[in-house]
Amino acid sequence: MPDTILDVRGLETTFKTPDGIVHAVNGVSFELMEGETLGVVGESGCGKSVTMLSILGLIPSPPGKIVSGSAMFDGRDLLKLSAEELRHIRGAQISMVFQDPMTSLNPVLTVGRQLTEPLMLHLAMTRKQAEERAAELLEMVNIPRAKERLSDYPHQFSGGMRQRVMIAMALSCSPQLLIADEPTTALDVTIQAQITDLVKRLREELGMAIIWITHDLGVVAGLAQRVIVMYGGYIIEEARVNELYANPSHPYTIGLIGSLPRVDETEHKRLFSIEGVPPLLLEKPVHCPFAPRCGWAIERCWNENPTLESIGPEHRVACWVDVKKGTPR
Amino acid sequence: MNDNNVLLRVDNLVKHFPIMRGIFQRQVGAVRAVDGISFDVKRGETLGLVGESGCGKSTTGRAVLQLYRPTSGNVYFDGVDLTKLKGEELRMMRRKMQMIFQDPYASLNPRMTVGEIIREPLLVHNLASESEANERVKQLLELVRMNPAFSTRYPHEFSGGQRQRIGIARALALQPSFIVCDEPISALDVSIQAQVVNLLEELQEQFGLTYLFIAHDLSMVRHISNRVAVMYLGVVVELTSRDELYLNPLHPYSQALLSAVPIPDPVAEVNRKRTILVGDVPSPANPPSGCRFRTRCPIAQSLCAESRPEFREVKPGHFVACHLVS
Repeated sequence: MPDTILDVRGLETTFKTPDGIVHAVNGVSFELMEGETLGVVGESGCGKSVTMLSILGLIPSPPGKIVSGSAMFDGRDLLKLSAEELRHIRGAQISMVFQDPMTSLNPVLTVGRQLTEPLMLHLAMTRKQAEERAAELLEMVNIPRAKERLSDYPHQFSGGMRQRVMIAMALSCSPQLLIADEPTTALDVTIQAQITDLVKRLREELGMAIIWITHDLGVVAGLAQRVIVMYGGYIIEEARVNELYANPSHPYTIGLIGSLPRVDETEHKRLFSIEGVPPLLLEKPVHCPFAPRCGWAIERCWNENPTLESIGPEHRVACWVDVKKGTPR
Repeated sequence: MNDNNVLLRVDNLVKHFPIMRGIFQRQVGAVRAVDGISFDVKRGETLGLVGESGCGKSTTGRAVLQLYRPTSGNVYFDGVDLTKLKGEELRMMRRKMQMIFQDPYASLNPRMTVGEIIREPLLVHNLASESEANERVKQLLELVRMNPAFSTRYPHEFSGGQRQRIGIARALALQPSFIVCDEPISALDVSIQAQVVNLLEELQEQFGLTYLFIAHDLSMVRHISNRVAVMYLGVVVELTSRDELYLNPLHPYSQALLSAVPIPDPVAEVNRKRTILVGDVPSPANPPSGCRFRTRCPIAQSLCAESRPEFREVKPGHFVACHLVS
């Protein structure tokens, strides 16, 4: 039985905006096992990125505020650490890859300089050692002529290669946990396939745990072992990947899977569409956040916010209705 | 040209953008965005145009509508060569062909109300008086499933999906027969994409519209199109019916592209064989000799560097540009 490396409990994050307080994350709890790949799925504004940024202490405060919760990593609560202590963990034990490879690299520093920085900072390497290691890292992510390319600037790389550089940088200190926030969204499909393939290979070689945030249920299907679906700042369903796709149980998950056309579809059907728009989260909902768009909603859904309950082995769902039977739970 | 079934015929269309250098702005080269492509769009069908960023699919859409004047080649719409038209004649043709843009945030004027935006094409073309136009705006908003009372609001008050509906209402205002949809759903959230795609399909059935649907999402293109053209670096490499393309792709690029699309089904994902292309798309300012795809092609031979493969019909209705497909 592998150990839990990250245990998040009751995380709540809000943002102060001119329109009022936005409740971005409303009590999110989940665990991550060593070496496990967890997919976090949801649409824009569902709180998936804010959850991860909160854990890493990357929420600008103000306007952001972590109201409550804990995030145990390696025996310590990340939410209670000082900025200095967190800095030693970020990049060393936990590292992150962001969506946009064009803006997450510094355009005025060479790629070599940016790759060697964490090595010298966290692993106390000399410049020479760091440069050698940096070249190895670029080779590891399949960048040709790695040694020469260290003196190039980010604009001299294509989008896919920049994302590889980001991955090399994230893995440079052999982290136990890699958080990837929509790392392939900005890339073309053939390049996306290259990157997911690379991540799968590196996962086997290095054995780190991965949290893969995405809105693309297709990417997650091929990559993750377990999936969390988020909506309106809540986790609304959680299951092993095969179980989630074979037996989705929250109306939102069902709608999301039904609204996707498949490249291997054989007959033409109208896509299932979820009417309405995602909630604005300006007040903490007293009812189920999905109720206004849900075809199954019953009276209880409007009075009480459902809690995440177990409905099968490793399968939890937050819904008052058993959608399969059409009856209240 | 006699085929009455064909609404749009594109014949050897070329669009190069000049690269200028120096204080005298001498032309030193050209970005060959679209480099000799031909296809037909039949009445009432949806032709999907897919490819990765920079392959020239949007440029094709714009060159078809004469928003970019083509460098060479012809575009026949209902038998009329658009590339020969100018001024008023072209303006009259524009009533019949409209466009829906990718970015619903940038394609609506933020200083105009929704009503003004949808009404503008009617007034520009002198097709309605002010009061008739207002009546029409209401009908159009209902058609795209929006509340007619929204006509006095501004675009920023709406979500991405709603804005895209406003863009669709504007495109429909002139009752066109042909609409170029340039990645109309790429900027939208997944659950909203299905709403917009379903709307486009309903409108097509209701008005017999013909679509050129440009997208990089192959699963969505498969869903909405009757036939699909695959573009790579300024050329069409394969064109056939959607089922034929997905079941029996012949060009190595189409095969790789299809195998790269993730399927939202973990069981199917584990069992499929993938072709992963190496490297990146070369620059269209300096494309490879011969076949454009040969630098990334898993089966390229020396012949591929020497001559450009002809775009030929290998089976009825199945066109492919590859030396190695017999």
